[in-house]
Amino acid sequence: MADLTELNLAEARDGLAKKEFSAVELAEAHMTRVSASSALNAYVLATPEKAMEMAAESDKKIASGEARPLEGLPIGVKDLFCTKGVRTTACSNILGDFIPPYESTVTQNLWNDGAVMLGKLNNDEFAMGSSNETSRFGAVVNPWKANGTELVPGGSSGGSSAAVAARLGIAATATDTGGSIRQPAAFTGTVGLKPTYGRCSRWGIVAFASSLDQAGPITQTVRDAAMMLTSMASFDKRDTTSVERDVPDYEAALTGDIKGLRVGIPQEYRVDNMPAEIEKLWQQGIDWLKAAGAEIVDVSLPHTKYALPAYYIIAPAEASSNLARYDGVRYGARQDGVDIDDMYAQTRAAGFGDEVKRRVMIGTYALSAGYYDAYYVKALQVRRLIAEDFTKAYEVCDVLLTPTTPSAAFPIGKNVEDPLEMYLNDVFTVTVNLAGLPGISIPAGLDADGLPLGLQLIGKAFGEEELLRAAQVLEEAAGFDAQPQDWWSA
Amino acid sequence: MSVDENMVRRIANLARIGLTDDDVPGLAKELSAILGFVDQLSELDTQGVKPLTSAAEDKIRGRDDVVTDGGYAEDVLANAPEKDDEYFAVPKVVE
Amino acid sequence: MAEINNLIAGATGNWEIVLGLEVHAQVASTAKLFSGAATEFGAEPNSQVSLVDAAMPGMLPVINWFCVEQAVRTGLGLKAQINNYSVFDRKNYFYPDLPQGYQISQFQQPIVGEGAIEIDLDDGVVKEIGIERLHLEQDAGKSLHDQHPDMSFVDLNRSGVALMEIVSQPDMRSAAEAQAYVKKLRAILRYLGTCDGNMEQGSLRADVNVSVRKPGDELGTRCEIKNVNSIRFIGQAIEYEARRQIDLIEDGGTVEQQTRLFDPKTGETRAMRSKEEAHDYRYFPDPDLLPLEFSQDFVDEIAESLPELPDDKKARFINDYGLTPYDAGVLVGEAENAAFFEVAAEGRDAKAVANMVIGSVFAGLNKADLAIADSPVSAAQVGQLVDLIADDTVSGRTAKEVFELMFEEGPDQGKDPSVIVEEKGLKQVTDTGAIEGAVDEVIAANPDKVAQAQERPKMAGWFVGQVMQATGGKANPQAVNKLVMQKLGLDEA
Ligand SMILES: [Mg+2]
Ligand SMILES: [Zn+2]
Repeated sequence: MADLTELNLAEARDGLAKKEFSAVELAEAHMTRVSASSALNAYVLATPEKAMEMAAESDKKIASGEARPLEGLPIGVKDLFCTKGVRTTACSNILGDFIPPYESTVTQNLWNDGAVMLGKLNNDEFAMGSSNETSRFGAVVNPWKANGTELVPGGSSGGSSAAVAARLGIAATATDTGGSIRQPAAFTGTVGLKPTYGRCSRWGIVAFASSLDQAGPITQTVRDAAMMLTSMASFDKRDTTSVERDVPDYEAALTGDIKGLRVGIPQEYRVDNMPAEIEKLWQQGIDWLKAAGAEIVDVSLPHTKYALPAYYIIAPAEASSNLARYDGVRYGARQDGVDIDDMYAQTRAAGFGDEVKRRVMIGTYALSAGYYDAYYVKALQVRRLIAEDFTKAYEVCDVLLTPTTPSAAFPIGKNVEDPLEMYLNDVFTVTVNLAGLPGISIPAGLDADGLPLGLQLIGKAFGEEELLRAAQVLEEAAGFDAQPQDWWSA
Repeated sequence: MSVDENMVRRIANLARIGLTDDDVPGLAKELSAILGFVDQLSELDTQGVKPLTSAAEDKIRGRDDVVTDGGYAEDVLANAPEKDDEYFAVPKVVE
Repeated sequence: MAEINNLIAGATGNWEIVLGLEVHAQVASTAKLFSGAATEFGAEPNSQVSLVDAAMPGMLPVINWFCVEQAVRTGLGLKAQINNYSVFDRKNYFYPDLPQGYQISQFQQPIVGEGAIEIDLDDGVVKEIGIERLHLEQDAGKSLHDQHPDMSFVDLNRSGVALMEIVSQPDMRSAAEAQAYVKKLRAILRYLGTCDGNMEQGSLRADVNVSVRKPGDELGTRCEIKNVNSIRFIGQAIEYEARRQIDLIEDGGTVEQQTRLFDPKTGETRAMRSKEEAHDYRYFPDPDLLPLEFSQDFVDEIAESLPELPDDKKARFINDYGLTPYDAGVLVGEAENAAFFEVAAEGRDAKAVANMVIGSVFAGLNKADLAIADSPVSAAQVGQLVDLIADDTVSGRTAKEVFELMFEEGPDQGKDPSVIVEEKGLKQVTDTGAIEGAVDEVIAANPDKVAQAQERPKMAGWFVGQVMQATGGKANPQAVNKLVMQKLGLDEA
């Protein structure tokens, strides 16, 4: 039998259907690899018993001809998703050993479709970060190395991207508030899909910024992303921002035909100091799509440069309020205090890391008396201008093509001292969250150091089918098949 | 806009984040840098632009007035750092 | 001018009290505003708490549409502006019984805007009190501070219960006006059925804003007395607080803007110890909740289902039944009382019915601490009893006795008044011969009084009383009176 961890989601599904191997074997192969991967620090909690139990159940279903769409496929879950009876921490000390008595809608959807849980994946604390260095469990190491240097896997879904890149799970759930699915995908040579706001329910996912957060998958291929999204997406009455629309079979949308598709190239994404390699890759992407029959259109998104500053008001403002519930009263790690306010202050001082504190404080400031209009309202006005930029662009094009990130993965520790430098990682991804649109990052090439680079496609709201179709054409043209050398297996 | 040390303390108090004296100068610098970056928004004339709070496309949906939840005090209290019988317990609050 | 009466004397002259109220009225819903947990009073601690109410990570609010309807209904009852577009905001502050660390409320754009209600004051004066707004918000949980020497306990059963906060204009000038305002507001809410108005259970509570000034001066600095939960306490709190502020100013001090608590044990208010300067609620639109929007049809439909409200009912009682404003006011205080009256008054002398309902029924219920729904005497029986007076079967005095018998026997007996009159032999004696005999006897036995009566005709009353007594109260008083006058040789002027 070939190494089962080399399979992607669609291949494994087909192998299981043909009974070439069992779900238990598939899960075991991945669990073995997970248990040998501590050098990557991708998992914060492996759940082997659960995996074996679920896989055994899957084998029964397959045997009885009742296989569900993701039957027996082992995946990892970002620690931002609440999992019933399984410790969930958002990788923050403040949650202590919180064990949710409930399961997030998205993960429940996956389990209902037969997927198998391998464990909980590392992320930046409360999903705040672009390098996965702010986790209470320590940094995740990118399976890719440049000249022997340890690199970040991107963030905040760094555990998810590292796990998929290192074959520690065939796919992973992730969340994206400002680029947290697409940027880590770009840094690890994986596919990262951030769906339209409202496509996946937020119920049971630890909130960072409610109006921007959206769950999505990180996978090896575009087809796998389509399979995952078909399961993850749903209309959920418990999340009134989730949208009441049928979920199409996204895999069926992958026809390979994009003739006549109008691909917009936003001129404002040609930023200063953009590495030549990225510039070149972008041009290559344009050529690939053109060759596949797409029509290339130059478009303008004039307010792009204001997206990041607006984001760094809106997201922290919402976060400052969303994180107020972590007060040491009903759950989580409490610190003693001389009185109630001191208990709060000590609990939150010890429970939150530096980046979370910074953002909570920025958000608190932006909402406080005297600054609300100048910062918060202003940022929301800019948000509208940015959303309108996209509306206008979509009058002349169907999807947009941009680089995913302004650079490849950087060394661990490089940007830790400079929050602003870190924030710039999201410059190409954050607009999409502000406008609520779907976006996907495709591994498209390697830089001079042999590190993966990603291209981003941005779709119209609820235009995931068109987006995935274009992404798969791009994926095919790029033919990215590089893999990191396994240096971590112990 | 730069943030001075008094402001840092004020915000930290509002956010109930305990700070040591050593924390304050560094935070003042970092927060000032972030706000300095954000200040480029003021270049933009946004007069008359309606703030956009959410990209959600639907209208608000409601539920019916029926009891569908609750009745599991044990679950609600299961993760409590401190409890007394069926109550959450906290350091005494003086009103 | 009524306001003159409201001034209170201080060492430096007269002072005027200025009052505005924020009333929190619990929506009469079975489930909470943003979760499906129950709202029933008195449940085991934390048993009516959903994951949403406990603010577990990743939990989201979903609005109870019934509560939206009740807010609109109440707004219409307050003759207020209904806003078809409103916004839920988060009010951020830390408190152990506020699980989310914020209260979902409405700040800049409430569901209901300006309105007004009329209050009835003791001297028959009607005064209009402006309503500034009504908004929907969540209640907090309950903290218990007296169960343990150094811990407070938290019960989240109330957490997330739907409240309507109804904010008045600062239009009231005395404790009595504030009390009348709360009474009237409560009556309206009960008529509408949007809040049960039960103050003991906390379904209705008031934050009272009190300031004082010299008449004609600018508004003084106000103090907010939180969560006063009875009409009596509202009066006490205002009286105490106004006096405190006056004394403070007259002693050369200044009033500090403060949140205060009323202690029913001492009848005093005291400053809350929480740090005021830290209050910066950082309101912003709740990103978990889209704006609250509904059509005008939705509002119109609710408007069509509104019942007759106290003021309209009162006007109708005065016009159609010829009642005094006072009696009408008393009768419409509760919708059930008014309905009881209307059943009893059907086709009868409404004034006589009103007298019996107020004088006998309400008094009896009050004494027995019973609700009108549990009245031992039905409205129909009250009507029958009034009929018995009207056709001279019994005297008014006997009727009272009959009523008491019916009341004591309770609803199970179900005996109509005519049956009781029959059984107890209470039928009024109208036979002139029998009465004449009794009159003659009394006159014969009291020659000295006869002489006096002829000097002072008012003494005739004494004879009437004696005769009534002699006949066991069953004689028709008019007939007795007439005969006494005749026999004493007095004019019946
Ligand atoms: Mg208030
Ligand atoms: Zn309120």
